[in-house]
Amino acid sequence: MHRHHDMGGEPAGPVERSEHDPAAWEKRVDAILRLLTDQKRRIMTVDELRRGIEELGPGAYDEFSYYERWIASIGENLLEKGVLTVDELGRKMAEVEARWRAEGWQGRAAP
Amino acid sequence: MSAAFAIGQTVRVRRAFPPGHVRTPHFVRGKGGVVESVAGEYANPEELAYGRDGHPARALYRVRFRQSELWPNYAGPAADSAVVDLYEHWLEPAGEARP
Repeated sequence: MHRHHDMGGEPAGPVERSEHDPAAWEKRVDAILRLLTDQKRRIMTVDELRRGIEELGPGAYDEFSYYERWIASIGENLLEKGVLTVDELGRKMAEVEARWRAEGWQGRAAP
Repeated sequence: MSAAFAIGQTVRVRRAFPPGHVRTPHFVRGKGGVVESVAGEYANPEELAYGRDGHPARALYRVRFRQSELWPNYAGPAADSAVVDLYEHWLEPAGEARP
């Protein structure tokens, strides 16, 4: 009886050892967390980040990449704390998506 | 620092399954091990995870378990062990010695 993320001892297949340079958005997610947790701001803690990742649930937890988990948890935490509103975040995401569709992003065309 | 358990002492991890953010892996719950070292005192992550300050700080121990204690039918060498970081409030004195 344990939560999905607490998977020690379960069959997991081979370890993926290949490495890749972090994408620009991944670096940005890392920077956002560092700013939110620093001694000056103290807006959230790494423990809150972990809690948010654990609460993604089995589907998203398995499908998301490392930094996708981070930004999903950061978003939830900032909503809970009132730093962002749902409406504000929804509008911004739509704006970014529209820009991406129009211009592409990091050399990648929209699907 | 006021650590309740001494290095070398046998301890047992509390068998509890609360909801919420917990740093104690499920596979050590209810298992017996030996205190390897005391890592220090840290704000309680079970509180920090919900935006509270995590005080009072809790002693954090490194506890060594025999793999054969953790996993049924463990096939590796009998001397194989694993060390897990565990907060004091998850530990209780072991009723029996388990080397």
